[in-house]
This record gives sequence, C-alpha cells and structure tokens, in this order.
Amino acid sequence: MTIGLGHYLAVGACLFTLGILGIFINRKNVIIILMSIEMILLSANVNLVAFSAFLGDIVGQIYALLVLTVAAAEAAIGLAILVVFFRNRGSIAVEDVNVMKG
Amino acid sequence: MSFAIAGYSLHPVLPELVLAVGTLVLLLVGAFRGERSTTLVGALALVLLVVTGVLVATLPAGRLVTFGGSFIVDDYARFLKILALIASAVTLLMSADYLGQRRIFEYVVLVLLSTIGMMVLISAGDLISLYLGLEMMSFALYVVAASNRDNLKSTESGLKYYVLGSLSSGMLLYGASLIYGFTGTVEFAGIAVAAREAGIGLIFGLVFLLAGLCFKVSAVPFHMWTPDVYEGAPTPVTAFFASAPKVAAMAIFVRVVLTAFPDVTLQWQQIVVFVSIASMALGSVAAIGQRNIKRMLAYSSIGHMGFALVGLAAGTAEGAQGVVLYLSIYVAMTLGSFAVILAMKRKGLATEEISDFAGLSRTNPVLAFFFAMLMFSLAGIPPLAGFFAKFYVFLAAIKAGLFTLSVIGVVTSVVGAFYYLNIVKVMYFDQPVGAVDPVRVELRTVLAVSGIFNILFFAYPGPLVSAATAAAKSLF
Repeated sequence: MTIGLGHYLAVGACLFTLGILGIFINRKNVIIILMSIEMILLSANVNLVAFSAFLGDIVGQIYALLVLTVAAAEAAIGLAILVVFFRNRGSIAVEDVNVMKG
Repeated sequence: MSFAIAGYSLHPVLPELVLAVGTLVLLLVGAFRGERSTTLVGALALVLLVVTGVLVATLPAGRLVTFGGSFIVDDYARFLKILALIASAVTLLMSADYLGQRRIFEYVVLVLLSTIGMMVLISAGDLISLYLGLEMMSFALYVVAASNRDNLKSTESGLKYYVLGSLSSGMLLYGASLIYGFTGTVEFAGIAVAAREAGIGLIFGLVFLLAGLCFKVSAVPFHMWTPDVYEGAPTPVTAFFASAPKVAAMAIFVRVVLTAFPDVTLQWQQIVVFVSIASMALGSVAAIGQRNIKRMLAYSSIGHMGFALVGLAAGTAEGAQGVVLYLSIYVAMTLGSFAVILAMKRKGLATEEISDFAGLSRTNPVLAFFFAMLMFSLAGIPPLAGFFAKFYVFLAAIKAGLFTLSVIGVVTSVVGAFYYLNIVKVMYFDQPVGAVDPVRVELRTVLAVSGIFNILFFAYPGPLVSAATAAAKSLF
C-alpha cells in the first residue's frame, strides 16, 4: 500500500484533535496546554507540507517554515506569561487560574 | 541602479516600514535610557503614529499590490489603517497616567508592535500575510494584557488570553492549511476562482478559518475570554483591546469573506448570521447582571461586534460600508467611554464598579453628561452617532432580504438599552458616593472629541459616509 495524501491528512487531523482535547480535557497543568497548542500548530504544518508535495507547489512549504518561527515565538511568550503568573499565584495548576470567573 | 522586480515594489509598505523601524529605535532608546525614558518614548510613539498615518494617507490613490499579491493597499485598507492608527494613538494618549505611575516603556513599544501587526493584517492579500499579521498583533496583545506583572488579575488575564488566543490561531491556521490544499493557492483572488466548485474540504477549512476570526473579534461562541481579559487587564490596556484590534480583526474578516469566498456565499452567510444573532443576544442579556463596568463594556463590545456582523451577513458593498462605518463610530464611542472610566478616580485610586458612578451628576456634572451621552449612543438612540451605525448595517441587511436577522437585531438592541440606561439612572438618581478627582487634561480632550463626534455626526455625516462607501467599493 502506498502512502497517499489521505494518510498525511489523517495524521494532521489526529494531531489537531489531540491538541484540542489536550486543552479542554486536561485539568491539571498549564504546561500541558502549551504543549497542546504546539501540537495544533504542527498538525497544520503536516497538512501544509503534505499539500505542498501533493500539489507540486512550493508555497505550502514556505508557509510551514513561517509557522515554525511563529510557533517558537508563541512558546516563548507563553512561558514568559506563565512565569509572571506563577510568581503571583504560586501555582500553575489549571484550577488555580480562577481569580476571575468567566 | 535599481533592483526593482515587477510586483515587488516597497512603496506600498512604506508606512509599515517607517513604523517598524521607528518602533525598534524607540525600543533601543528605552533600553539604553532605562525607565526614565518612559514619557519620552510615549511622546515619540505618538509622533511616530501620526507620521505613519500621514504616510498612509499620502500613498498614491488606487489599488497598490506588492509582494506578489500578499500585500494590498486599497481604499478599504487606507481607511481602516488610519482608523486603527487613531485608536492606537488615542489609547497611548490615555495611558499617560498609567505610564507615569508604572514607568514601563515596553508597554509603548508593544502597543506599536501590535499596531504594525494590525496594519499588515488589514492589508493582507493572502493566507500567509493574514496569519503573520494576526500573530504579530496578538503576541503583543498577550504581553500587554499581563503588563502589570505584579498584579494577579493582570497576569491571569494575560494567561487566559494567551491560551485561548493561541487555540484560536491554531484553528485558523488549520483552516488555512485546508483551504490551501483544496484550492491550491493561498492568495484570496486565486481562492475566489478555485472556490467556485466548493468541495467539502474547502468548507471545512472555511469553518475553521471563520472560527479563528470570530475569536479575534470576540463573537459568540468564541467570546469566553472577553469579560475576564477586559476585567483583569489594566484599564488603558482594556481600552486598547476594545478599539484597535477589533478594527483590524473585523477588517480582515470582511476582506477574507468578501474577496476570497464571493461565490460560496450560502456557506459563510449561514455561519455569519448565526454568530451575529448569538453575539447580539448574549451581548444584550449577559451585560445586565454585571457590576464591574469593564466587564459590562466587554459584553457590550460582544454585542456591538454582533451588530457589525449584520452588515457582513448582507454580503453586499452596502453591507461592507455599514461595517466600516460601524467600526468607526464604535471606536469613537468606546474610546470616549474608557476615557470616562479612566477619569473615575477617587483619592488617586481607580474605581471600576458601576455603583461607584452613583450621583456623578452632582459631583461632576460634565463627566456625567458625557458618559450619559455615550451610553445613549452605545444603546443606539437617535440622533447620536450610535444610532446611525446600527441604521446603516440594518439597512444593508434589509436590502439583502435578511428580515429575520434585522428584526432580531433591533429587538436585542432594545433589550441592550436596559443596561446602558441603568448607568444613566445610577449617575442621575442615586445618592452621591463622594467627589471624583480632577480629570486629567488628555482624558478631557479625548472625551470632548469623542462627545462632539457622537453629537454632531448626524449633522455632518457626509465625509465619513463617502469615505466608507469608497472603502467598501474597493473590495468588489
């Protein structure tokens, strides 16, 4: 059996779903949420690269490279905000992010 | 000697380049001179924003395209860029007090960085510049939300905004990847051609893309972050969140939908109509129980984005004109309201509860008058500007045959009037709770300009309406 576009898209969809579930089901640690966010971005990257190869169009790979840099910046900002939050709250448990009820 | 390549002129991005280089220079000034330079950096930032605005206004007329179609400057982009720049500049002006106390020049730099992101976003001509602009705008916003870093509420609002914002950009990106795959291009114009035979994959992508954009304009069902972030962030930051980023996000929402998916109207119209009705309903009902004024304005802004989306749902040039006008008037009303909230200080301490406004008409009648007027305008009572904002979007919706949507919109607008009028009642009929500190001069200026705009818009709407018409036409 050859590996076709559908297989790559299935991997992308699985990663995306796992990322979303990781954010909503996880009730313990904010770090896990950060990892889930990275996973969502990577699922889009898998899609982009697969489509790029399938279509024979280089733009998708350029897009994926740009997404990688953005993901790095995103992780840096997330961790920085998490550090200032930890200094004030003394905890990074998800259930402790509850001063305001929204 | 010239390195010019066809379609890659740098001239259309001149305002962005000037703003970006200027921002980096200000960052260096701040880094070398330390916190003493906060006021200097703030003043220079205002100058920089004005210069950028002038550069945007003096770009050659017509439609300029560069970077192979990734970056478009048309009348629509010009109008909304100037609006976003005005909103950023006014917020910086209103932050003078906060900056004086906290001495963080980074705040100014971050607001400028976010503004660059907004300008890229408004001019985006393909999915790549859309994503990059959106992230540049959002990253700076996550950090300014947490800028009062010794304060638990501020850092918590930053964290919540970051997590939910990243989730939404992830969904947007996933949608963008599907759209790219099923149309074979990232350019809006190319997508419009390829989308004529819309498959299920493209519709999936469209739904994810719209979900991400709905989050940025805080439309229901992606509004959960708004009340918490508005309440927790420092008040000048909240004023910023409520104005400029909303303009930029709504601008790209309209541009994507109208220029990339003009032939799959049926698919996106259902989504926009649903989101619009849900936002208007939640915005008018949920605000009633709020005691914190910033939280109340958060629900109010959710509702207003719902009203703006009514214009988009029409899907016509008239609807787009309605959205552009709605955004301009919304920015004027919101900035004025936040000027009042920033002015509500007693013995140097900010007050944020609605009960703190009790009897304001006796302790500071001018402030009370302006705030009452802004509340009437937000509620959409003629002859104030807020009425005309709603008038233009509903007119477009009715002409497009969206009668149910228009009726629901008018009904929710009446329900929403309750909590705006409640504030007027608190200010004029409740017992005073003590005098308010003298209002700072920059807040008085902002309030006066916003007030005059709101009162006199009906007498002289011509220039703004014709500019909005030209802006909307350039999308079609």
